[in-house]
Order: sequence, then structure tokens, then C-alpha cells
Amino acid sequence: MADGYNKPIPIPQPESDNYWEGAKAGELRLRHCDDCNQAYFYPRNICPDCGNNNTSWIVASGKAKIHTFAIVHRPPHPGFMDDIPYVPAIVELEEGPRMATQIVNVEADPSAISIDMPVKVVFESITDEISLPKFEPA
Amino acid sequence: MPVMDKLKAVSGTAAIVGVAESDKIGRTPDKGPLELHAEAGRNALADAGIDKSEVDGVFTAGYSTYDVAEYMGIQPHFTDSTSVGGSSFVIHIAHAIAAIQAGYCEVALITHGQTGRSDRARAGGNPGLPNAQYESPYGIIGPPVAYSLAANRYMHQYGEDRTREAMANIAVSTRKWANMNEKAFFYDTPMTFDEYHDSRWISWPFHLPDCCLVTDAGAAIVITSADRAKSTKKGGVSILGAAEGHDHAVLHQMPDLTRTWGRHSGPQALEMAGLKHDDLDLAMIYDSFTYTVLATLESLGFCGPGESPDFVADQRTAPGGDFPLNTNGGGLSYTHPGMYGIFTVVEAVRQLRGETGQRQLDDCKLAMAHGTGGLLSSTGTVILGRD
Repeated sequence: MADGYNKPIPIPQPESDNYWEGAKAGELRLRHCDDCNQAYFYPRNICPDCGNNNTSWIVASGKAKIHTFAIVHRPPHPGFMDDIPYVPAIVELEEGPRMATQIVNVEADPSAISIDMPVKVVFESITDEISLPKFEPA
Repeated sequence: MPVMDKLKAVSGTAAIVGVAESDKIGRTPDKGPLELHAEAGRNALADAGIDKSEVDGVFTAGYSTYDVAEYMGIQPHFTDSTSVGGSSFVIHIAHAIAAIQAGYCEVALITHGQTGRSDRARAGGNPGLPNAQYESPYGIIGPPVAYSLAANRYMHQYGEDRTREAMANIAVSTRKWANMNEKAFFYDTPMTFDEYHDSRWISWPFHLPDCCLVTDAGAAIVITSADRAKSTKKGGVSILGAAEGHDHAVLHQMPDLTRTWGRHSGPQALEMAGLKHDDLDLAMIYDSFTYTVLATLESLGFCGPGESPDFVADQRTAPGGDFPLNTNGGGLSYTHPGMYGIFTVVEAVRQLRGETGQRQLDDCKLAMAHGTGGLLSSTGTVILGRD
């Protein structure tokens, strides 16, 4: 674990091992329903649309646009005390699904960020096992 | 899909006969949450004039019903711990109608109790749930961050300045109602528009007064059949409509950040009651945040998408306005222990009974109480009426 990293750390689960292994390898891996022919998030073995198990993994392009964002000034958890103001967001991936993330490498000010702004994935290593997919202006 | 003919057949067949808060709300560092459940339950039964021994259905959320029932010394024949956040206790009302109609119980007790203010240690999350992997690591933790994300999407779609003004209108009008409710946390604390706009940021676009309180409080509701209600202490407030549902759990799975499940539960409850929006004298709408009210008014159908800023303009929802909203002072200024929904019902019943003193509405006969739970995830709507 990186020294002093005291934010919540994802614990990979049977359905998400591959997602987190991908993130550690610098890939944003998405589940894909081969019956519906569409990607979905978050990773689960059963397609949330049709309910079938005929699902696979794809590697996302990493391109997205901001669906919404906020600028947090009061940390909701002690681990984010040194990060404020930070920019949580929901982004819409080029493949269609939306995911929660943070926008990084940008000034945390509403005038510097806009909804629909193009962004691309970057991976922040937080432990030996876990890298978090975050997004920066494209 | 809900079968409207059957729902209409049970409209008005059950009634709320008792409502109460715990002995004290706001700050109760000397009381545990189950104690607040039990106090509120005891007080609501006293309000109804029904002895505890007659309770045969128990409903709660946040705790299991067996925890609450054991504490209170109740051994129910019907038990329902449906737990979908702050909407749960409104949703329990529909479940109570169903249970009473089917014959599973005769006297339903819904209780709530939380020490959100005094018990600040938060339980760790379940690592197997999606938020632990896909939201919390990004600092999307707790309602203020999540709801501010939704609010910014609304601003983007419908205009930042007019949304901001609408949020200010809700914050200020709700505070005015709280200034008329002795039990309200901010009873003695007025707030001007300037004070709203000058307040600090919590999670932009939310100022502090866009966010609900964090208090200690309990409340309870007693429901029985319309027939039996006639012989209770105060008679019954008729339950004319009730509906519920949810469309996501974690925020990023919400289909549309500007529309809640109220788009289904509101129209369904009104149709069950055979009423239209204009028939209502009071709207009690869960105000976890100012934005929650804007999205909910539109979802419920009081106005169209993006029209809430016009709907709430010019302090229309304040005392003296023509759309009384959250007359107890709401989650924003009265109390909000974590799951506030039950308090919308308590106030609606009191307004219908004419028990609310200086804030009493003239001729209040029909009211909506509406709860929202989770991260704009679930809703419950009830329509209540009194002759």
C-alpha cells in the first residue's frame, strides 16, 4: 500500500477480479453481453438487460465525456482531507456505459470543467494490486 | 404492473390513527436509536388510544423488526423490515394496507429511530456491494456528494442561474416554515437569501443550506382498518393512495439524474386516490437537499421537466404562498436523522387534523407525503385525506 493512503480501497470480488487486474495492467475492461451486443457497467457475470450469462470482456477505448461532476469542499471521509477540493464525476464511455470516477489534472473550479467535456482514462496506482481508473481532459 | 382496479378498491380502507415523534428530537446524546423507536411507538399508540398489546403488525427500517419489537415487548403476527433508505417508512404504509386487507394484522405500528447526530461513527461498507468498488474509492461517499452530482446535471440541462435561484427559494421558504415549528432544529434561526448565497460550499453546486440537517430523532405511525379507526381517540386520517418502487441503488446506475421513481409512484398514488395534483392542499416532499425537491416536484408531475424553478419562484412554497410545501420545516430545517421519510407523514397527518398551531393551513383536507431513499434511488408516495 502506498504510504499514507487511507481512502477506501476496492476489494476485488469474484465478478470483478478481471476488471481490477485490467486496471493494474493499464486497461479499462468492460463486460459485454454477446446476446445484446452491448457493453455494460459495473462488471457482473449476468447481463442486466437480458439476464443471460452469455457475456464476455472487452477493452474500452478509454475515451469518455463528462456526464456530470461536482467539486467537493467538505471531505465525506477522513482519507480525502488532503484532496479537497476534488472532482468526483460520472463519465459516459465511448462504448455507452456510464461509470463513476474522478476528474484529475484539472483545476477544481466550475469554470475549468464542463459537462460533455471529452476526457480520457488514466490509472492511479494506489496499492500493489489496485489501480483506480480516473479521467483527465482529453 | 400495479392493477389499478384492485388498488382503487382498497383506497380508503385503512387509516392512520396515531402519529408521534420521540419525546425529544434534535440532539439526544443520552438515548440510543432503539429507545427513540420505542418512545415514538409508545407516543403514537397513545395518540391513537390503542394499547400496545393490540399491535399485531410491526414495520421498521434500519433495524430488523425483531430488534424493535423485542425492545418494545411486542410479538407480532406480521413483520416487515423493508429497508430502502428514507422512503422505507412511507412504503410501509402501502404494505400495512395490504396486510390489513389480507387479514394478516389489524393494528400496524411503523417505527423509526436514529441518532445521526450523536452517533457519528459510520459503519464500514460491505465490500461485496458495488459502491465499495465503484464509487467510494473516488470520494463519492454519502448523500451530499452524490446528490450534488445529480444537481449539476440538472443545472446543465435546465440552466445554472435559474436552478441556483430555485435552490435558494426552497432553502429560504423551508426555513420560514421551521421558524414556525417549535420542534424544528432551526426554529430560532431565520435565514435570508444573502445568507444562503454567502454560505460555504459543501460539495459544489451545494452550499451548506442546500443540505439537510443531521439530527437525532424517532417517529412512529399507527394504522388500522377504516372501520376500527372510527373508535380510536382522534379518528382516522384516510389513506387514499399509496405507491412505491426504485430504479437503481448506486448513483452512476441512475437512468436519469434528473428524474426519480416519483414519476411512477406519484401518478399511481393519485390515480388510486381518484385525485389530481390540484386537489391537494399540502405537499410533504422529502427534502434531503434543495435539489431533491426540484427533481421530485417534476417527477411527481406537479410541473414538467425543467419547470421546477418557475414552479417554486417568488417564495410560492413559503408560509402564505399558494403551494404550501414541507410545513414542518423539512429535512433542511426541522429534523433529519438519516432516514427522514416518516416525518413527512407525521406532519401531513397533523395538518389534516388541524394540530399544527401557528403554521396550520386553512382547510387542509388532502395531502401528499412523499419519501425518497438511498441516492435518489427509491420513492414512496401516499395520499392522505380527512373529511
